[in-house]
Amino acid sequence: MATYKPLVVHAFPKLGERITQDTLYWRGYKTPVQIKEFGAVNKIDFSPVSPYNYAVTASSRIHIYGRYSQEPIKTFSRFKDAAYCATYRDDGNLLVAGSEEGSIRLFDLSGRAPLRQFDGPTKAVHVVGFLSDKYRIFSGGDDYSSNLWDIPSGTEIVSYSEHTDYVRCGCASKVNADVFITGSYDHTVKLFDARTKSSVMTIEHGQPVESVLLFPSGGLLVSAGGRYVKVWDVLKGGQLLVSLKNHHKTVTCLCLNSSGQRLLSGSLDRHVKVYSTTSYKVVHSFNYATSILSLALSPEDETIVVGMTNGVLNVKHRKPEERKENSQKKRQPAYRTYVKGRTYVPKQEDFCVSKPVKHVLRKYDKLLKSFQSSKALDAVLEPPIRLYTPEVTVAVMQELHRRGTLRSALAGRDEKQINLLLTFVARRVIEPRFTPVLVTVADMITDIYQPVVGQSAVVDRQFLRLQEAIGKEIDYQEELLEVLGMMDTLFATFTKKTATSLEEKKSNGLTDTIETNTN
Amino acid sequence: MVAPAAAALRVVRCGGSSLHGARAVFSADSYLLCASGDFVKMYSVATEETLRVMGGHADLVTGIQLNPHNHMQLYSSSLDGTIKLWDFMDGIPIKTFTVGSKLLALYALGSSEDSVFVIIPKSGERDTFQLVSVKLTKAAGQDLEAKELSVVLDGVDASPKYIAFGREGEYVASVKEVNLQVYFFKQKQLNRFSVSAVKTKSGNNQFTCIACHPTEDCIATGHADGKIRIWRNFYHKKEYTYSTLHWHHDTVMDLAFSVEGTSLLSGGVESVLVLWHNQSDCQKDFLPRLGSPIEYISLASDGTLCCTLHTDNRITIINSNLRFAKSIQGLIKSADVRTGLVVDPRTKALVLNGEPGHLQFYCLQSDQQLFSLDIVQRQYIHQAGLNQADLVKVAFSAQGKWLATVEEREEVTDPELQLKLWFYDEETQSFKLNTRINMPHEDQITDMCFRDMDELEDDSLILVTTGRDCVFKVWVMVEDTDPEAQQSVSWSCDFVGSYHNYQATNCCFSEDGSLLAVSFEETVTVWDSVTWDLKCTFCHPPGKIRNICFGRLTCSKYLIGASDDGFLCCWNLLSCALEWSAHLNVLVLQPDPLSEHIAAVSWLSKESSLFVFKPNEPRPIYIQRNLCREKIQLAAFVPRDEPETIGSEKYLWLRRSQLFFLTDTQELMTLSTKSLQERLTPTSKQLAVEESIPMTPFSLLLGKHRRQQSQEDIDLGKLFVRNKREQDSPAVKELLHTPAHVLPSASFLCPIFINSLLISKQNKSAEEVADEVEMESEKTEDDSDEERDVTEMEQEDTSPLELLGETTCKLSKSQEKELRKIRKMDYSWISAF
Repeated sequence: MATYKPLVVHAFPKLGERITQDTLYWRGYKTPVQIKEFGAVNKIDFSPVSPYNYAVTASSRIHIYGRYSQEPIKTFSRFKDAAYCATYRDDGNLLVAGSEEGSIRLFDLSGRAPLRQFDGPTKAVHVVGFLSDKYRIFSGGDDYSSNLWDIPSGTEIVSYSEHTDYVRCGCASKVNADVFITGSYDHTVKLFDARTKSSVMTIEHGQPVESVLLFPSGGLLVSAGGRYVKVWDVLKGGQLLVSLKNHHKTVTCLCLNSSGQRLLSGSLDRHVKVYSTTSYKVVHSFNYATSILSLALSPEDETIVVGMTNGVLNVKHRKPEERKENSQKKRQPAYRTYVKGRTYVPKQEDFCVSKPVKHVLRKYDKLLKSFQSSKALDAVLEPPIRLYTPEVTVAVMQELHRRGTLRSALAGRDEKQINLLLTFVARRVIEPRFTPVLVTVADMITDIYQPVVGQSAVVDRQFLRLQEAIGKEIDYQEELLEVLGMMDTLFATFTKKTATSLEEKKSNGLTDTIETNTN
Repeated sequence: MVAPAAAALRVVRCGGSSLHGARAVFSADSYLLCASGDFVKMYSVATEETLRVMGGHADLVTGIQLNPHNHMQLYSSSLDGTIKLWDFMDGIPIKTFTVGSKLLALYALGSSEDSVFVIIPKSGERDTFQLVSVKLTKAAGQDLEAKELSVVLDGVDASPKYIAFGREGEYVASVKEVNLQVYFFKQKQLNRFSVSAVKTKSGNNQFTCIACHPTEDCIATGHADGKIRIWRNFYHKKEYTYSTLHWHHDTVMDLAFSVEGTSLLSGGVESVLVLWHNQSDCQKDFLPRLGSPIEYISLASDGTLCCTLHTDNRITIINSNLRFAKSIQGLIKSADVRTGLVVDPRTKALVLNGEPGHLQFYCLQSDQQLFSLDIVQRQYIHQAGLNQADLVKVAFSAQGKWLATVEEREEVTDPELQLKLWFYDEETQSFKLNTRINMPHEDQITDMCFRDMDELEDDSLILVTTGRDCVFKVWVMVEDTDPEAQQSVSWSCDFVGSYHNYQATNCCFSEDGSLLAVSFEETVTVWDSVTWDLKCTFCHPPGKIRNICFGRLTCSKYLIGASDDGFLCCWNLLSCALEWSAHLNVLVLQPDPLSEHIAAVSWLSKESSLFVFKPNEPRPIYIQRNLCREKIQLAAFVPRDEPETIGSEKYLWLRRSQLFFLTDTQELMTLSTKSLQERLTPTSKQLAVEESIPMTPFSLLLGKHRRQQSQEDIDLGKLFVRNKREQDSPAVKELLHTPAHVLPSASFLCPIFINSLLISKQNKSAEEVADEVEMESEKTEDDSDEERDVTEMEQEDTSPLELLGETTCKLSKSQEKELRKIRKMDYSWISAF
């Protein structure tokens, strides 16, 4: 004898982006904290040592923020004009920054006044950084030159004037203390070795280079400029590995995550894209309010900080790992209760009485089982089901329709209930997965309550809304059909040229809803 | 006995005949007897097995009743006009009474000494029936005439449910339409009552069944509108009373009072068994979801068990506390077998529609349902006029690893269509849902097939569906990239093909899987299965293509098509030309998977004919005209476990697989060279023995012995087979049935037994023992059946002694002759030890 079979609620495949491990990982951030800076944020740099403060360069100031602080914990403001590119040294004790007036200043994080000031460049210095031996600084500026400075003596070691346009980005190799690269608006990226008098490698990017990045291994180089992000193999003499074109405006900043598995790029098109460094496919994408100028990820990806052209600093913290197990453990019974009786082996003379397995039915299933169609419909019109799992509501309606009792279940309702029903139908009838059922429901409701139209303003309004929704949908469908017709003519001319296929076409996937059961 | 070579092919029924000719009967020792077509079937309540099939009636059995004076005997009545008295424990007819006219129902009462009641059609008038009592003469002899009829009631209805006998046979009550009549035997008084014939929305209140209280004067009647009326005080024509019980929403199909009369059972279309306590409306219990409408309810005489017969040929056995106990199901009858007959490659079971929404796997050998797979997975509402989803197409992949099903709910506004793909899970030994596709086609799916290749590499598996929406679709397995999905593969559409916007009707893959033939109305198109290019088209206008299939093995270059204007065409795929065509109205075209043969069943002037042919020659190999009167709906070749030895050239096509077909009335038939008796007897004998033997090491040993023997029998020819089996089984039975304390001690028996197992040079001792066994059984054969009880007692005493070989001197001459004969043929058997 069969038991009651609970109602099958069809799970529809989610359209749009598929949920992957990456989306889950990158979605695991809290709502962002917005901090207003004085001007466009041109550089964000995280301190490499705990507690991972970060330096934000905006306008003529450098603010140091703590991990969760919304107010700067320290400010360096001894600049007459804009400051650029405040960068931490590897030990987190020193900070170097370029400036519009052309001087490079070195700050001790404990003090206020600069420790050293390197004067020499006549024009703005947009990029500065420490070499990995900690005692030298490289810089690049609007005077087309790339320079190397000695910290202890405060003098220039070497100056390369190879670029033919502004130098706007650069980075130092982590494996070799003598190697650094600079990218310039002359469309090239140059690799310099402090031991030689000229650049060792020139890479033609093709667009003004806005940002460069070296992988921790030093073997791969990423350059961003124009709409392109390009990856180069340095060890193969600067061979282009892959060219990514996922932004539709200039890419302004690049960043690697702590594991080196993902590459992030920020762009003026307000997006941050996350690439996998193995496949170079976009695995996730963030949206921001305005164009992005700078981007930084804290160690362990705890925080994403994004600086924008309007001076807003957007800080996202990772949600703490959910500790549900801990809180549940308190409520769980002791281990003893679980193993109780499990190991008991019945003796031969014992009678074994097996406990019948109890099937817990949902409320609507219980009502359907006892053929109470009206009440079953009421049960699925309760707010949580109606709002969050409309597919259950629709499945029950469909089941009632199959049983031929939908009409009687819909009939005999008061104003409030009709209002509820109509709101639901008007809202969901345009969803393709619900349309077939809800059209029938709407039909029946109109049939049943036609005589009472005009008696209640609320119900009338709902009827009008339903009409409006359906009218809109019809217009929309008409438009779509027009587009389809246009495309068909295009395809028809296209297939004539190839003249191979008979009347066949690949499934376009529009008509079939394919669904995989995950049980 | 006839040698198999000379025997003609016979059409044999092998299952599915309707079980609901009459109420089932519980015997006193918990066997269940059931009328099934022309047979009476005996089931064991404990094991659900069919123990015995008693055949002898020439037409449908319409009633069975236990002999009230001997509970080991059974009366059965049939449309052929005879009443038979059976000893059902042994399965032998004791007496046959010929009444003459058609018998429509049978009632046997304890109070009437030597007569039974039957319903017969009134002579001279159509559609009027009368209840008569038949005097069963006690004369000797098997075949007797019973012409002594006396009419009890006139103008009754034909169904056995419309008449019931009251308290110890004091009165009889009969219903017809809206009238109830009660006849009191003693007073010879006839009272008539009627209910007003109102027609309401829910149906009319015509009577549909009746039951009488076993101890009180109380009658319960069921009505077509679902009401049950309890009638009392019906001695008086005017002052009678009745009360109404109402739960059923549709016709009450049957009623039964419990043995004490304290409760009433009722059942109907809702497939809910309702138990009414004290005949009151307020106390009732339900046993819901019995699967299909209840046709009959019957109770065991001790009241511990109850059984319901369902319209789909299922028997449900229910405990007295209204708990479901067991169900006996053979071939479940479904309203419409739309899936076709499919053979499961794994179990070799026949697969077809079962209960609504289920797929039944029916084992042909044991006439039992192996299991029922729930495809639709939705609660089925038993209500007339509801349009519910049901299974329409089934296809298995070559190894039975994948199963594709299509379910459909026809409706004008929003038809529902689902394609489901099931994967055979080795762990749970059942099919598991893998992919569900909503609306695979925009209209009904007309055909579906897997590419039948050796599934060594799994990714070559392809499913093709054709639809009324003028396209065919190709489905392939794809690897799932989603990390969260628990399964690695799912199915998706790969290619959509169409031809001039014609409806696609059939599809078929060639044997090697390289070509796909799809028929579009009048045209057959052939596609390359790798590139999905259209290769060529064939057509035979104006007929639309009804069936297509590729030839196999040596005939793989041919494509056969049958069109609905009555032509069978064979096209050559190499020359792309019509090879031959024949004028034949083919309904079913079925290729044999293991040979080149193709069976075509045609429907010509009210009879079905079978033609078996090879595609390479237009002349059929075998023709069987007048296969059966009914239209044959479906056919299937089922591979045999081992090729059968068939003498005649003519039947060589039956060697490797057997042809089964299903008629309109859902009778499963097959073609067999064996006669009916051959088919029936061995199974029933063996069953009887095996049932009584517990599985001891000794019985296992004996079983081995018996198997060896039967294998040898095949080589020796059919002639001895049956003799031997009959002879040795009673002896073994005796030995096993004899109480241990009567037997000589084991130490005494053992040497003889062990000696019999030895391969001795002089061979004598073993031979002797064997001889005694044979001789012993000779004796039992001679005994008449009626005296068996007595002889058995004797045998119990003598058999051990005889086995010891002390009574050889008593042999008569004729027996000695027999013995010598047996000795001659027995050598081969003994050498098998």
